[in-house]
Amino acid sequence: MNWAAVVSIFSAAMAVSFGAIGPALGEGRAVAAAMDAIARQPESANTISRTLFVGLAMIETMAIYCLVIALLLLFANPLLK
Amino acid sequence: MISPLADPVLFHIGPAPITSAVAVTWGLMAFLAGGAFWATRKLSIDASPTQSVFELIVDTVDGQIRDTMQAEPARYRAFIGTLFVFIFVANWSTLIPGVEPPTAHLETDIALAFLVFLAVIVFGIRAGGVRHYLATFASPNPIMIPLNFVESLTRVFSMFVRLFGNVMSGVFMIGIVLMLAGFLVPIPLMALDLLTGAVQAYIFAILAMVFIAGAIGDVKPASPKQEKGD
Repeated sequence: MNWAAVVSIFSAAMAVSFGAIGPALGEGRAVAAAMDAIARQPESANTISRTLFVGLAMIETMAIYCLVIALLLLFANPLLK
Repeated sequence: MISPLADPVLFHIGPAPITSAVAVTWGLMAFLAGGAFWATRKLSIDASPTQSVFELIVDTVDGQIRDTMQAEPARYRAFIGTLFVFIFVANWSTLIPGVEPPTAHLETDIALAFLVFLAVIVFGIRAGGVRHYLATFASPNPIMIPLNFVESLTRVFSMFVRLFGNVMSGVFMIGIVLMLAGFLVPIPLMALDLLTGAVQAYIFAILAMVFIAGAIGDVKPASPKQEKGD
């Protein structure tokens, strides 16, 4: 196991772990706001939860990008060829 | 461990390698086309239960298009509906043992996002002509032209990475958990994967609608319903 492989594996783990922090905070805020909105206006719960799901998936995408980067580092790393 | 980015080649037709994702896609296409043919074979005014179910699906898609695009759905129903139904069925094809969803491979997602990219241009030009379509790049003001141009490419990129990442990560996680914990343990993850698959299909269709609606801009086809709504 050479130096590039060690760094790649380490940075893949770093990418996922730190990349998950931001979306997690963002999703928490989004869900809290949606809860608040539903509590205030239960009749519009349908629209809110639909928008919430789309928004959550959008936020989640940031973490997914990090995952893709990590997988690229692990499985398609140009330095290890 | 097998790389999630690699796709095993099943066989070759001439020089073209046929991967498992392509084979599954063909199966899904046959299933959807056959299903659509079978469902529309005997249409009648007093709908049978099966026909009602399909009418409900079409009606839901129409409602979503109307809500999101603020336009009459007839023009976009075929494209948006096909996108949604195909991605939905592709994501849920993981329910069949041994089948890996084709959307878990980058090629399928790139192809789908490229279709959206083309559809934005085609629908945009069809709605208001080339001039109007190009003018949408200069909105809200001409300084935004380079940004809008770059955005039209990057949003397609983010679209396929999103779909690919979500579906592939689901498949990958199930593989890892299966390797670590074994039989029956990944079932809750698979249920979560089905939810993600459905939501991602919905989001892909919604985003396609939003992009197309952006390209159409303010040009709205004259229809009595639309004017009444506004």
